[in-house]
Amino acid sequence: MSIWVGLIVASLIVWAIKNAGYVIPQRFVESALISRIALLVTVALLASLVVSQALHSGGSLAVDARVPAVAVAGILLYVRAPFLVVLLAAGAVAAALRFFGVMA
Amino acid sequence: MALAVSLYGVSFGALSVALGFSVGQTMVLSLLMFSGASQFAFIGIVASGGAAAVGAAIASAGLLGARNGLYALTMSPIVGRGFFRRVLAAHLTVDESTAVAIAQEGRQASQHGFWATAVSLYVGWNLSTLAGALAGDALGDVKTWGLDAIAAAAFLALLWPRLTSLEPIVVAVVAAAVTVVLIPTVPAGIPVLCAAGVGIVAGLYRHRVAPHRPEPGEAGAR
Repeated sequence: MSIWVGLIVASLIVWAIKNAGYVIPQRFVESALISRIALLVTVALLASLVVSQALHSGGSLAVDARVPAVAVAGILLYVRAPFLVVLLAAGAVAAALRFFGVMA
Repeated sequence: MALAVSLYGVSFGALSVALGFSVGQTMVLSLLMFSGASQFAFIGIVASGGAAAVGAAIASAGLLGARNGLYALTMSPIVGRGFFRRVLAAHLTVDESTAVAIAQEGRQASQHGFWATAVSLYVGWNLSTLAGALAGDALGDVKTWGLDAIAAAAFLALLWPRLTSLEPIVVAVVAAAVTVVLIPTVPAGIPVLCAAGVGIVAGLYRHRVAPHRPEPGEAGAR
């Protein structure tokens, strides 16, 4: 499938899901099960994306400057640093480690 | 919040272009998909797996967008009446606009909070995406500026506020472990979908064991 088709299809799906919430009567879907699954699927996907974005490298695992950067982000989140600070710090750590040739 | 969203948008735009997407493709994602986590997931999975991973990228973006549907249910009585108004509201129903709306006292304030946040977020998100995408062309290698690390940190920052009890923490750890095991063994994009399966199975199991436990997370955790 071409990237363009995938892009449009994915966008329309995300759009349709948002609209569905405004059309479907609340009582049909408002159950503890659905909101629990929605929360846990989101958590599972985000956790998986953290790991693959930090470790995936051409079909295998690689430990490079992304790992200390994400660790710093984790510490900053733990001390309740603002979103902006967390992102800037992660980028700065990875960029600095690469600039000084410490890690790939 | 505006500053944080702008940096997030700039990161998305720059990363997307650095990963090989055109400025046009990047803008279509921000204009049409308009859901940060889904957009990052889509470009990340396609970049790691190529055309073969497009199906997995669509599925992941859709699954990550599922929570917007729940936000929409919450926002439905709040945003006001009229077909176009509700279609527009649907498009703008994301983490931030929902969070601001439910934080207000009373329906009028909620409605105002939703629309004010939603419109400024949409404009800011797309302008910052465009700025990032244009800058991304000039930035060159995604790694030099740590944009790949910023993307990972962004997912962690989205995950963090949802880890409010043992249940989501356990699911996150298991999902992460499954991903690590699967990355070297199956095609790109599939590990993320298997992780989503972990979330579904955990939800079904917990519902059978403890159906009446209070919900650990509410809409708009961030």
